[in-house]
Amino acid sequence: MRFGVVRFPGTCDDADALLACAKVGDAEILWHGDRDLRGADAIVIPGGFSYGDYLRVGAIARFSPVMESVMAFARDGGPVLGICNGFQILCEAGMLPGALLPNVGLRFICRQVGVVVERPDTAFTAACEPGEILSIPVKHTTGRFFAPGAGGLEDAGQVVLRYAHDGNPNGSTNDIAGVCNEGRNVVGLMPHPEHAIDALLGSADGLKLFESAARVPV
Amino acid sequence: MRARVLVRPKAGILDPQGIAVERALPALGFEGVQNVHVGRLIELDVEDPARLDEMCRALLVNPLIEDYEVVAQTPSEPLATSQGDVAGGDDGAPR
Repeated sequence: MRFGVVRFPGTCDDADALLACAKVGDAEILWHGDRDLRGADAIVIPGGFSYGDYLRVGAIARFSPVMESVMAFARDGGPVLGICNGFQILCEAGMLPGALLPNVGLRFICRQVGVVVERPDTAFTAACEPGEILSIPVKHTTGRFFAPGAGGLEDAGQVVLRYAHDGNPNGSTNDIAGVCNEGRNVVGLMPHPEHAIDALLGSADGLKLFESAARVPV
Repeated sequence: MRARVLVRPKAGILDPQGIAVERALPALGFEGVQNVHVGRLIELDVEDPARLDEMCRALLVNPLIEDYEVVAQTPSEPLATSQGDVAGGDDGAPR
């Protein structure tokens, strides 16, 4: 299993994402200006502030050369995980439904949250049990998920993760923390599984998302 | 041509920035202010104004969450709009 972790100017969680991927397979950084995915079996778009988050979060990053290749990779069924800013980029790119808006409280939030696995039938939750609650941190200012007619996503089973225990930190519609595309190979979430990969960090639950990808037949 | 793109949160989507400003104004003694929304102003010189709508949809605006209005500004003409809305800008008219 070979992971490619995309690095844009302004990405800041690439080192942790690389570490998380390296726990379950080979991992290397993919530079935003390269179109070559270097034979990756799964792509991770980590968090940060790509291109300074100018205009809107994720708006500029989606036009970078590497994203053309990532979109083609995803169209062919390749697993793609977007974390935080990566989630925002995938939404802007139209690879995932919806958009991320400023938190209801307008404040940056950084805390451990419980996240319920609603759907284990995606490329990044296959190693989880349905209803399982993962302890993973969130850290964002623009994490309020919104999709017109979110009920459609619910009906289609595209709501993958939901904030648990009435612990919605940002005002997301239906407590949605993560969604997938119709093909279930592209997943985006605001919480940071790459920051929860060792008991020393307070939780190793995040590792399950990376282990899930490693289960995908390649 | 000089153009302005006025971007605002789509009606019906919670706008916490607008709410924060609306609450701050009375604290400074400015009463009677309602329906505050905070958006974005993009100014640009364009050779082909006919492509402005396309630019908005492709990059400047996320139509899922934002509405926009293109306001064209030429040296000899008053402000006009390509969106069919009331011509706006600096005339102080209510919007």
